[in-house]
Amino acid sequence: MTELVRMEGIEKRFPGVHALKSVSFDLRAGEVHALMGENGAGKSTLMKVLSGVYQPDAGRILVDGREVTLPGPAAAQAQGIGIIHQELALMRDLTVGQNIWIGREPRLSFGRIDEARLNADAQALLARLNLNIDPRTPVGGLTIARQQMVEIAKALSYRSRVLIMDEPTAALNDAEIAELFRIIAALKAEGVGIIYISHKMDEIKRISDRVTVMRDGALVDTVPAADTPISRIIAMMVGRALADEAVVIPDLSAANPALEVRGLWRGQELRDISFSLKKGEILGFAGLMGAGRTELARAIFGAEPCDKGEILVAGLPVSIRSPSDAVRAGIGYLSEDRKQFGLALGMDVRANIAMASLPRFASRIGAIDEDALGDIASDYIAKLSIRTPGDRQEVRLLSGGNQQKVVIAKWLLRDCDILIFDEPTRGIDVGAKAEIYRLLNDLAAKGKAVIVISSELPEVLRLAHRIAVMCEGRLTGILPGGAAQEQIMELATKREGVAA
Amino acid sequence: MTTAKAQPERPAPVRRAGGAHQKLLAFASLIVLVIGFSIASQRFFQIDNILSILQAASVNGVLAVGVTLIIITGGIDLSIGTMMTFCAVITGVVLTWMGAPLLVGVLTAIATGAACGLLSGTLVTKARIPPFIATLGLMLVLKGLSLIVTGTKPIYFNDTPGYTEISTGSLVGLVMPQFPLPNGVLVLFLVAAIVGWILTRTVLGRYTFALGSNEEAVRLSGVNTDRWKIAIYALAGAICGIAGLLISSRLNSAQPALGLGYELEAIAAVVIGGTSLSGGRGTILGTLIGALIMAVLTNGLRVLSVAPEWQTVVTGVIIIVAVYADQLRRRKAA
Repeated sequence: MTELVRMEGIEKRFPGVHALKSVSFDLRAGEVHALMGENGAGKSTLMKVLSGVYQPDAGRILVDGREVTLPGPAAAQAQGIGIIHQELALMRDLTVGQNIWIGREPRLSFGRIDEARLNADAQALLARLNLNIDPRTPVGGLTIARQQMVEIAKALSYRSRVLIMDEPTAALNDAEIAELFRIIAALKAEGVGIIYISHKMDEIKRISDRVTVMRDGALVDTVPAADTPISRIIAMMVGRALADEAVVIPDLSAANPALEVRGLWRGQELRDISFSLKKGEILGFAGLMGAGRTELARAIFGAEPCDKGEILVAGLPVSIRSPSDAVRAGIGYLSEDRKQFGLALGMDVRANIAMASLPRFASRIGAIDEDALGDIASDYIAKLSIRTPGDRQEVRLLSGGNQQKVVIAKWLLRDCDILIFDEPTRGIDVGAKAEIYRLLNDLAAKGKAVIVISSELPEVLRLAHRIAVMCEGRLTGILPGGAAQEQIMELATKREGVAA
Repeated sequence: MTTAKAQPERPAPVRRAGGAHQKLLAFASLIVLVIGFSIASQRFFQIDNILSILQAASVNGVLAVGVTLIIITGGIDLSIGTMMTFCAVITGVVLTWMGAPLLVGVLTAIATGAACGLLSGTLVTKARIPPFIATLGLMLVLKGLSLIVTGTKPIYFNDTPGYTEISTGSLVGLVMPQFPLPNGVLVLFLVAAIVGWILTRTVLGRYTFALGSNEEAVRLSGVNTDRWKIAIYALAGAICGIAGLLISSRLNSAQPALGLGYELEAIAAVVIGGTSLSGGRGTILGTLIGALIMAVLTNGLRVLSVAPEWQTVVTGVIIIVAVYADQLRRRKAA
């Protein structure tokens, strides 16, 4: 296979950080090269160097064997290097065609845009990806998965031969992932080289040819994907092997119920949901994307209204019409999207930890006792081993795992008895995941009632004492912890009116 | 179970609430302006002139302090100018037409402002009207109401002895006769100090920043965000009421046609002071400096006999330069 890109001895320093330590990397035509490492390992920095966003302090970049400099993203594009960002960079109100050709619209006289050609060209690109999307539809009306396909089409429109994909499946369901992988296979066949960044091990094994692991800004190794076991890749990432633990199910027969949900309905999203949760129990919620698990969590938490249904906390019916009602009833919710819904990123760790409990630290006229707050915040930073220079650090500067711990600290400080974790380890690296799991187990052991919603089955199997499975807004069954994956999948696809 | 060894976190420096640099920049600009004008004209750096600059800054400063709160939540209030006038008009009605004592008039002004703020806060939160639209509407409503109530004629405060003292009298002058700081300026500093304290030390202040930083995250923390936001608008309204007292006291009358345009001057002061219009960032000290910069400019250019139309141009340029300097600094920091 011909070599498309070679990076040699790339060095990058930021004030106080040695971000890239003489990293070398190469990409061949027609291969998927997975780039792995914990958050902060240097993957993104390396890719920013390759896409012209950062300038390396030392080292060479070769494209097709010729040394190049990439002073900016446009220069990288000109070399055929395209990047598909985790956060999609599309304009929602423009059409698919307009998005693909933005800045390079085919022109007619007097600066008019040749819409017909624009759409025809876009159509041709989409057809190449085997996508049935009308280039005249506004991007905002497409699913996230389809928007991602449009991003890929856009990258191809630059005649990219190198595609960098940063966590492309983070927001996709299984069917959409399959479609993405089909497109990746087609691109491979055309000789496009793909650099694939992901935390999902099974995906890496499924589609990549080689795997490069980085740690602490340095290259660990580049290995063939086929004959390297996952455990070895993880060991390379964290610098040691992680034991995979089986769930230990405690005896909860004497425990009191913490939360009961009876006959909850909302439109077609939630249909007659009933379940109960005991103190000290971890109830996992499995299901495919769109099964209604997040909707259920938000309904219980009062973030969205429901049509009917009853919620009992510690055996007593409660009326929950807003998140503040839910919090008063002792329910805390950790959203799947902590940056958007969980944290005030521009504020410091202390303020975020205190966000749900501020009045408790205030005098009668509302003056905040900063000393007490600082002590408590430092307490939680130590207890949850949140890695931060201090409680006055802005939360946006922390890694994903540590941000998640800040959200957990917020609810622990509020002393909630029922905690709903929606995708608690999304975007969190392997080492920090284990810590979050340990935290969840500790919480349950201390008598908290815990709900864990997760799209990763291994996570549910490892944590949940019982597993509730949803499909299309209904609760299709509750299985004992450690149930077989096949059983869960059967319930997760048990559609109404279709024999299972 | 093994846990991750302390992975090296980027040792980024501990950062405090933003705006410190911009504040420094604004303060330096203020000093440079004062020195520059002092060199250019001997008449500039005289006690009388300094006092008149401060007096001129007082109304705009008080309004700007109030609207800083709203801007930090990520909102905007276009109604503060006409709201100030409306408060003055209602105070005139109570004092001059109904003959109420001075203290009642003062409380009326503040209560009227708070009620107006309560209304705009409710429109923004409960009716979910964007702040720009809600306060644009209220701006016109209040302007109209001021004209209707007064029959478009000013209400004078000749029957309320001591009313003009609120703004132009000098308590400081009683103690230091050589430095008769007008009460209006004293009020500005007092309001700024109290609001500064609220913003940095109280729950209300913390939520003000939090709302501007990520309102949905605050709501999902179980905080009744609507209630707090209404409280912030009401507080800003009450501060408008104080501005209404200051301006009507200085003019010894409530001028119903006045007010439009004051909101933009106040917002300009806030922006020059480094408060971000996108919310989550800002300081009262910065706003205070912003208001002083505007007053020094106007006064200094007048002392140098620059035509007033050029003063407006310069103020506009200063706003753009101030925000551009902030952008440059942030780009460098990124």
